[in-house]
Amino acid sequence: MKRAFFAILQRDLQIAFRRVSEIANPLLFFIIVASLFPLAVSPDSEHLRGIGGGVLWVVALLSSLLALEGLFRADAEDGSLEQLMLSPVPLGVAVLAKVTAHWLVTIVPLVLLTPVLALSFALPVGVLPVMAFALLLATPTLSVLVALGAALTLGLRRGGAIVGLLVLPLTAPLLIFGTRAIDLGVYGESVAAPLYLLAALAALAVSLGPVAIAAALRVGVE
Amino acid sequence: MKLPRWFHLFGSPPFVYRLAGALIPWLGGIACTLLIVGAYWSLVVVPPDAVQGEVYRILYIHPQTAYVSMMAYVVMAVTAGIGYIWRIKLAHAVAVSAAPIGASFTACALVSGSLWGRPTWGTYWEWGDPRIMFETLLLFLFLSYLALRAAFEDRDKADRVSAILAVVGVVNVPIIHYSVLWWNTLHQGPTISKLDSPSMATEFLIPFLIMMAGFTFCFYWLLLSRLRAEIVERERDTRWLQDALQGGRA
Amino acid sequence: MTNEGRGLRAEDVAIWRGDRCLFESLNFELRPGQLALLVGPNGAGKTSLLRVLAGLASPTVGRVSWQGTAVDALPPELRGAIAYRGHLDGLKKDLTVAENLHFFAAIWGGTADLSLLVELKLEAQAHTRARHLSAGQRRRAALVSLRVAASPVWILDEPMTNLDAEGRAIVMRWLTEHLASGGCAIVATHQPKDFERPGALVIEL
Repeated sequence: MKRAFFAILQRDLQIAFRRVSEIANPLLFFIIVASLFPLAVSPDSEHLRGIGGGVLWVVALLSSLLALEGLFRADAEDGSLEQLMLSPVPLGVAVLAKVTAHWLVTIVPLVLLTPVLALSFALPVGVLPVMAFALLLATPTLSVLVALGAALTLGLRRGGAIVGLLVLPLTAPLLIFGTRAIDLGVYGESVAAPLYLLAALAALAVSLGPVAIAAALRVGVE
Repeated sequence: MKLPRWFHLFGSPPFVYRLAGALIPWLGGIACTLLIVGAYWSLVVVPPDAVQGEVYRILYIHPQTAYVSMMAYVVMAVTAGIGYIWRIKLAHAVAVSAAPIGASFTACALVSGSLWGRPTWGTYWEWGDPRIMFETLLLFLFLSYLALRAAFEDRDKADRVSAILAVVGVVNVPIIHYSVLWWNTLHQGPTISKLDSPSMATEFLIPFLIMMAGFTFCFYWLLLSRLRAEIVERERDTRWLQDALQGGRA
Repeated sequence: MTNEGRGLRAEDVAIWRGDRCLFESLNFELRPGQLALLVGPNGAGKTSLLRVLAGLASPTVGRVSWQGTAVDALPPELRGAIAYRGHLDGLKKDLTVAENLHFFAAIWGGTADLSLLVELKLEAQAHTRARHLSAGQRRRAALVSLRVAASPVWILDEPMTNLDAEGRAIVMRWLTEHLASGGCAIVATHQPKDFERPGALVIEL
């Protein structure tokens, strides 16, 4: 099972690195949308500091939606998904491997980029590690949720906007805890509570999520 | 997992169709009576509130609709889950019937809440209030369930896919609820609310509970009416239904 | 009689598409070493039935079991018992043929035997990405999974599509070996004559 997990992980990483543009697009989207806010709201750094944390969280949410929305589509179209389902590998394990691979190649760079963008939003330097860490804890849950949306819409010709409809309401707790960690960090208070809660959600999502995703995939390939 | 035999009776469309048909007039009658009595009691009999005046009377509509909206989500998720696990088509039909009713009650709760908010908080919409936030998210959950269903042409697939979403949603509802509460206590938004008062004088409590029961019966009345329509839609090609419909007309 | 219920068994299977019934009351049992041919006009539901037999879809009515357990809920020790080759290759187009083979081996728990590629006359393409293969070559490469998996049940949907005489001969040879070693197979085809052999079950839809 471990061998199969790493085989799927390796395969998806290999494919991702052979199609670099697909990794780069969500990142570019992230940067561009974040840059629109100073234009749309106000270039005043006092103002930006106030909204920066929230803006970056929401944009990170949207970018990961963009990045993972088609997670299972290619596999369904070339038949490798049905082969995986028939193989001895439990589908939940395969799902976890795929989500992990895509989290590594699309979400982690995004998390690494966030502190840079946070600086441009005039957030204090001290809060950057907190922000990156909170994102690192929140994105596994987020990836599982988006993967679930992708799996639920697999039977449709196009996923697109509907994945956002399904997933975004479910991400409210992540947003609340994540931005709270930043706020607490900005005021120099202890950020432990929201980070623990994010970690708890991640544990819940990573353990139960693949089961739900696998169930949705089975309906999707029929 | 083995299910008791009576359970399978509830998986039989003709049985449920007839049962619902028999229950609907009763539920409707009870709901209407309770709502009329409750409305008269809460609008006319009980005196205005010392602090809030007449405005507080929203208390007889708003918490009830909010309660029914949450109950509707649970009913939807539980029946969808039963339908998915034991492959009972009728359970999916119940879930589908519950969704629009739940969404409507959620909308009613939001509207009544904001009508109360205007004179009390001075604004129709207070983002800082956790209940508004929660009901808004609940409305989104109902709407995303309906949107997912609508996207599928094949009813059977729509049933199973949306069931997974409903079950995931119901796991999330408490998380969303508590995260929103927690978010609110930290933002220190306006939490002053008459609706929270732990003790309520008996004279206010009785119409409150009557309205609560009235709306609950109203929900099940609507649910069974929609369920019957849903069964007709799903079973339109079957003999028993054509016989039943002809028999009804004769 | 000891084999009763040990093979691939369909009981009272019906498949509906929307409001239309493709077929109903289908009963058969495929015993070890037996071949079944599935024939019928386009749109008769051959592919739908094969997907149901593979456990990828569930029948509208009825039950399909392998060794007594439902195929869409096989216990861990029976998982992987059914190999299915449908219209899709199941190859990742961005990986080379050899990489695809290694992946199959890792997933199915076998070893990646590169000599299989020699048998399939694909050794020259071992390091070509699947994207750049011809349709026939991709089809051959996809056959590799049958040998890697060593599943006792083969479900093949039009296995000869896009294959040349040599490719068809390979399929025939592998199928014969598979049946001889006690495996069973069900093949959907428009040329049942090619596959005919004593004891073969013919299922007409």
